[in-house]
Amino acid sequence: MEPVKNTKDRIVWHKACQVEDIPEDGGGCALIEGKQIAIFNFARRGEWYATDNECPHRMQMAVARGMIGSQDGEPKVACPFHKKTFSLQTGQCLNDETYRINTFPVMVKENQVYVGL
Amino acid sequence: MKTQTTIHIVVIGNGMVGYKFCEKLISKQKNDQIFAVTVFGEEPRAAYDRVHLSEYFAGKTADDLTMAPADWYSDNGIRLFLSDPVVDIDREEKLIRSHHGHVVHYDYLIMATGSGAFVPSIPGVEKDGVFVYRTIEDLELIQSFAKKAKKGAVLGGGLLGLEAAKALLDLGLQEAHVVEFASRLMPRQIDDAGSKMLQSQLETLGLNIHLSKSTQEIKGGDTIEGMQFADGSLLEIDMLVISAGIRPRDELAKIAGLETHPRGGIVVDNMLRTSDPNIFAIGECALAHHMIYGLIAPGYEMAEVVVTQLSGGTKEFLPYDMSTKLKLIGTDVASFGDPFIEEPACKTIRYENKAKGIYKRINVSTDGKELLGGILVGDAEQYNMLLQTCKSKTILPPDSEDLILGSRGGEDAGAGVMSFPDDALICSCEAVTKGMICHEVSENGHTTMDAIKKSCKAGTGCGGCVPMVKDIIQGVLKQNGVYVRNVVCEHFDYSRQELLDLVKMNGIRTYNSVLDHFGHGDGCEVCKPLVGSLLASLWNESILQKDRAPIQDSNDRYLANIQKGGTYSVVPRIPGGEITPEKLIVIGQVAQQYGLYTKITGGQRIDLFGAHLNDLPAIWEQLINAGFESGHAYGKSLRTVKSCVGSTWCRFGVQDSVSFAIEVEDRYKGLRSPHKLKSAVSGCVRECAEAQSKDFGIIATEKGWNLYVCGNGGSKPQHAQLIATDVDKETCLRLIDRFLMFYIKTADPLTRTATWLNKMEGGINYLKAVVVEDVLGIGEELEKDMQALIDVYKCEWKEVVESPELRKRFSHFVNAPIKDPSIAFEPMRDQKKVKEWV
Repeated sequence: MEPVKNTKDRIVWHKACQVEDIPEDGGGCALIEGKQIAIFNFARRGEWYATDNECPHRMQMAVARGMIGSQDGEPKVACPFHKKTFSLQTGQCLNDETYRINTFPVMVKENQVYVGL
Repeated sequence: MKTQTTIHIVVIGNGMVGYKFCEKLISKQKNDQIFAVTVFGEEPRAAYDRVHLSEYFAGKTADDLTMAPADWYSDNGIRLFLSDPVVDIDREEKLIRSHHGHVVHYDYLIMATGSGAFVPSIPGVEKDGVFVYRTIEDLELIQSFAKKAKKGAVLGGGLLGLEAAKALLDLGLQEAHVVEFASRLMPRQIDDAGSKMLQSQLETLGLNIHLSKSTQEIKGGDTIEGMQFADGSLLEIDMLVISAGIRPRDELAKIAGLETHPRGGIVVDNMLRTSDPNIFAIGECALAHHMIYGLIAPGYEMAEVVVTQLSGGTKEFLPYDMSTKLKLIGTDVASFGDPFIEEPACKTIRYENKAKGIYKRINVSTDGKELLGGILVGDAEQYNMLLQTCKSKTILPPDSEDLILGSRGGEDAGAGVMSFPDDALICSCEAVTKGMICHEVSENGHTTMDAIKKSCKAGTGCGGCVPMVKDIIQGVLKQNGVYVRNVVCEHFDYSRQELLDLVKMNGIRTYNSVLDHFGHGDGCEVCKPLVGSLLASLWNESILQKDRAPIQDSNDRYLANIQKGGTYSVVPRIPGGEITPEKLIVIGQVAQQYGLYTKITGGQRIDLFGAHLNDLPAIWEQLINAGFESGHAYGKSLRTVKSCVGSTWCRFGVQDSVSFAIEVEDRYKGLRSPHKLKSAVSGCVRECAEAQSKDFGIIATEKGWNLYVCGNGGSKPQHAQLIATDVDKETCLRLIDRFLMFYIKTADPLTRTATWLNKMEGGINYLKAVVVEDVLGIGEELEKDMQALIDVYKCEWKEVVESPELRKRFSHFVNAPIKDPSIAFEPMRDQKKVKEWV
């Protein structure tokens, strides 16, 4: 099921978790190589996304706990602290252009979720 | 062919206006025209904010007050000489000579020498302990002398004098006196009645006010010991600050032979040119339109006028409106138009409320059509509206007293701004007129505040015009026949109320199903919690089951309030605020075991902070086992029902308020609603449980209970209103059932009951008719709906504790059982706190 969001460099895939560990249309946080990565199963769209778990607004590790949705068709997540919304595709903050988070490619194979760092 | 011309500008004076001139000049610089600017300042510091000088005593440093640091000047190619006043101007050779011997040529000279404190020639004024209040150096001297002074006075009851008096109190003096020559305070801005109101407010702060006092002599030896007045009285003081007005610094202009006014000030024309075409004067040293403008805004405008001319444009300085709104030591004071015009030249309307410390006066033309001016003391919320109405000469409504009393008949106040002419200035920070905003709404379809902010910048400055802009948006849409429905978000074309009815009628219980049936797209952080709340209010099923968990807002998602740092708080329910010693011990033990910070809340219960997400199920397991339930402190739900001691123990109580409070809290616990609900029960008229500030509050009477609704605490306190008297408990509960269900059915999203009532057509009378008299005939249905919710109530924490599946979700990582390593605490007062936000 998942599109490799591609980049020019070689992606190193890291095993994150099982599919059922992430709630449908929700997110969970995985610890990968010491980094906190938020993983989202956007079941309504049939897409998976991954971003930093740290919100750049006040440096809180909470993005994975946020609600996901869309704005004019663009998938987004809202940080639970102050509802800064970030595009799941580009990482750009949609309600405050000074912020941005990193996004990572996700691959799902045989019930396992992999994140590319 | 690029020729670059260099224009030499010399600015005499580095105060706020002199600085602003430089700032504006630099920003208008073009490639073909370079300004070589040299600035001479008399003070040892670069320009600082003299308007907020009194904040120096409140802890601000000189650096905080600085307008721009030294390197701003050098970075922009400006030569700044401090402690170096200009001593001579050679107008023929067009050069100046400074105190330290600098000789600089100018093409244009800008006089921005400002003004100095006026010191009346009273015998003894040269004694020690007498100060002026103008520069930071003055403040340093005052601060140091104040250490050994006990009683201080300020000469002058204008704005600056009153601030200085408060500063004396802040500096630790035992007494602070204000001595004013006129018969009222702030004689140029407010009238006698306004002054009396202001005086009583200031007296409660500890200031002693003396009006109509003419000071004859400063008594004492080398140091001041008292002030002797013309009426023979004596005021004993050991420190005096003179703040009796300003006098323009025009001495250099006089030496240079420029035209000055006999009473002071450099005479300038509308272009702010002095009698020498190459010399301009701006700020407090300039006399324009027969006035010395002592406010900063006209000073900045003068700088703008001169900069525009120097960069090739044309601009005139027109008579500047001196309307002001100030916050004077916590009290709002505003005056606009002609504040003093009286009968028979006009008709005055005054509102005087000594109980609240509010005085409002408006002067209306004799035909009642125009607003000529006014004064506001204690409440200046209407200032923007009144100023606009005055400036644009808007035709007044027949009941012009409504302007200051507010629309009391339930009429829409928004009509006010719609009657302004198109050129009325709505946003003064960004110079946006009403016509411009109407255009954005009608032609460009910008119908939200965000869209208006982006397209024409209205509301992006101080934000004070935002309510007026919103009224204009609504007004224009209404005019264009667009019925404004408050739809939920881009994913639903229904309002909350409509969606609730649809979901109820169709018996839908999951979010995806609601979205599939009535919405489109993928949802968002606005509609998800809203639908979650609707589902809970309709069916009261577990919010963590089915697809309802990920749609919950951050707190409901984990049944706990998220705190700084990412830990959560734990609040067990303590109905009515009553708790046994055994249960208290359990809370104490749990808190100790997990190292939680404990605090007693305003809701009469206990909050435990600093719990890791991973620990929540274990913590709650212990609490559930001890008989506690979730307190729902995290939800848009019923929070607490507070109680006073009541008739069981209190000698005044007429009913058992504690038992009733517990009964009420147990009845409605778990209820979810458009916003949080707070309640209280008081056992007698003394009202120790503060029921009148609650969404619904109950107060005991000899015969039964009185029910009050739609009160609010918080940032906009509002008293609840009485809807039933002397009812028994059963009736009281039935009325509350109806009230709460009606609120759930009809309120807008995230609206407290107070706001809901304020927006309700027909207000409290209508609400009473629906809830008490059942005019809509829905009473029985509302009661049944409430009972259905009560019947299926389950403690949601108990459910989690008993379900391994749900417990698993309480983990920071999905792929490791460890807690969030980024959380760090530090000690505070025998407990702990999170390390600060970055």
